[in-house]
Amino acid sequence: MDYNWNWSVFWESAPGESSSYLHWLINGTSWTLATTVVAFVLAFLIGGLVGTLRTTTLRPVVWLCNLYTEVFRNIPLLVQMFICFFVLPELVPVSVGDYLKQDLPYPSFFSAVVALTLFTSAKLSELFKAGIESVAVGQRGAALALGLRPTQMYLQVLLPQAIRVVFPPLTSEALNTLKNSSVALTIGLMELTAQARNISEYSFNTFEAFTAATVIYVVISLLVTFVMGHIERSLTIRGATR
Amino acid sequence: MFDLDPSVIVRAMPALWNGLKFTLLLTFVAMSVGIVAGTLLAIMRLSHNRVMRGFALGYVTVMRSIPLVLVIFWFYFLMPLLLQMAFGTERPVQIGPVVTAFVTFCMFEAAYYSEIIRGGIQSISGGQKQAAAALGLRPTQSMIYVILPQALRRMAPLLLTQTIILFQDTSLVYVLSIADFTGAASKFAQRDGRLVELYLFVALVYLVICYLLSSLSKRLKTNVGKTA
Amino acid sequence: MIQMNNLSKWYGNFQVLKNCTTALSRGEVVVVCGPSGSGKSTLIKCVNGLEPVQEGEIFIENQPVTGKGVDLPKLRARVGMVFQHFELFPHLTIIDNLNLAQIKVLGRDRHAATKKGMALLERVGLKSHAHKYPIQLSGGQQQRVAIARALAMDPIAMLFDEPTSALDPEMVNEVLDVMVELAGEGMTMMCVTHEMGFARKVADRIVFMDGGEIIEDVKSEEFFSAPRSDRARSFLSKILQH
Repeated sequence: MDYNWNWSVFWESAPGESSSYLHWLINGTSWTLATTVVAFVLAFLIGGLVGTLRTTTLRPVVWLCNLYTEVFRNIPLLVQMFICFFVLPELVPVSVGDYLKQDLPYPSFFSAVVALTLFTSAKLSELFKAGIESVAVGQRGAALALGLRPTQMYLQVLLPQAIRVVFPPLTSEALNTLKNSSVALTIGLMELTAQARNISEYSFNTFEAFTAATVIYVVISLLVTFVMGHIERSLTIRGATR
Repeated sequence: MFDLDPSVIVRAMPALWNGLKFTLLLTFVAMSVGIVAGTLLAIMRLSHNRVMRGFALGYVTVMRSIPLVLVIFWFYFLMPLLLQMAFGTERPVQIGPVVTAFVTFCMFEAAYYSEIIRGGIQSISGGQKQAAAALGLRPTQSMIYVILPQALRRMAPLLLTQTIILFQDTSLVYVLSIADFTGAASKFAQRDGRLVELYLFVALVYLVICYLLSSLSKRLKTNVGKTA
Repeated sequence: MIQMNNLSKWYGNFQVLKNCTTALSRGEVVVVCGPSGSGKSTLIKCVNGLEPVQEGEIFIENQPVTGKGVDLPKLRARVGMVFQHFELFPHLTIIDNLNLAQIKVLGRDRHAATKKGMALLERVGLKSHAHKYPIQLSGGQQQRVAIARALAMDPIAMLFDEPTSALDPEMVNEVLDVMVELAGEGMTMMCVTHEMGFARKVADRIVFMDGGEIIEDVKSEEFFSAPRSDRARSFLSKILQH
């Protein structure tokens, strides 16, 4: 392949600013990490709550939580980002809309986090519901027969077990969130993929730019897998390894 | 409050319909090719041949660890160079965004389908393999006539779930400026300045289609559970 | 002490309980038997409200179990239950399995709960296993822990739902021994079981069910020496053939 490799491109100064292309990459990585971490933590909390409520006997609550889940997991993330970014400011009262459009710092980051949180929380709600149901088959009766109240049953018996059941798929959802954060480039968030494309357009060193981004994604993925694996091991019930 | 103008949707309908047809075609092709290639990858992954196993593992791991948007950019940039190399042409062969989209989605989805199918193959008990061998079937025959049919049936709900994800993900061809369903809506929306109506309509259509498909997937799951 | 009046229950169109009436007085041991699918497990789960009934009423010490506004957790805390599949809480150690409801439901402090729990574990011969996890124990040991867990609540009565049918044959007796001992101490017990030897030895009464109906409800000697109904006769001949 006739290609002029030029890995030193990252140290060349980038146009318009007094920074180098390396700074662009670091900047992009930071936005990617910030979006991923904030969205995943929020989605974990919301998805955990919604998924848990879906397994209760409170009919209207179950119905609402089902609706929430179906809406946010069945609309493409890209469309949800467009709606958060372009549509939402038009639908809220004018003063709020003006704030969202003009005064809110980092509007694309804000929209990306909201959309990614909603989308991911719907997936996690499915995960938690399935996890709790798999545990509840016999344990619900045992907990109730001892006189535990529903809240106690969830906190003491069902959730501690469900979190262990859902952990492996939870890890892959964390990785999905990392990858999905790149969709935010469509609403102008200068995250890692966007920066890689930017570098390729300014410097014409496309191969280097994309390789760098790919390596960074792989490294972050490995880190996430490592950290989640660590937590998973600490959650493993002693003696449960057969 | 914003006043909605539903007539925008009516005016945009021909463009949207064409976009939806493209989205469905892309989904269908990527699903078909993805499942066939995914099956091959899964078999390679489980084979005794080290090279095949290593190739499949590497391919699947790399594809699954980077974002689809970046994969699209990679293919858009790499394929002209690869074709130039393959055919020895003087300049990179320009193939355009549409072909790029089809190739990317087929290759990308193959990696995801292959993991599901691998799980399916591994979930079939060793007893089935032994029973097939005891009847004198060769390993390939046993895979084709005994293991795969059971694995694919057992994994049907998950394959459908992955297809729903694929259907949603095809909206990302937006980054190649293709007029798929979302892209068509976006172009119309920006031309006429009617983003609210069009994006909400697009969301509604996706919601209905994906909801119906995922209900089907849930029903498949209970049926599979009954026969298994 | 426990009174069941005209219980009927449906799953959709299928009637699982047909107008069942029976009662237990203090210190009585009643064995419920019958072919599989006869509704005996459902009946015993109605006693502490784990299965709701559509018709009829249940009283525990004259307090209603059925109907609106009943504080079910409070009632359940007074009646012990042992399940077919043990249903120990796998994420808790043996002693914590015994402590959980003592602390959360009865409000005992950890010290008192542990003292009580250890005494009961000693009684079922498992004191040395107190700090293991359920999965490290055999089925028979787990079921003895489950009995101890129920006893830790100082129950006024015990319900056994096929306590030995998930056990390997060689472990059945260690569980039955504990139950015989309990019966000898005057515990009020209702047992769904196929162990006719146990029934003959300790049961005061036998309730024989078939097709959701209580066919016979008689003194134990009477049931084994002269069953009145054809269905009971054929059931006994099948189960005692070998």
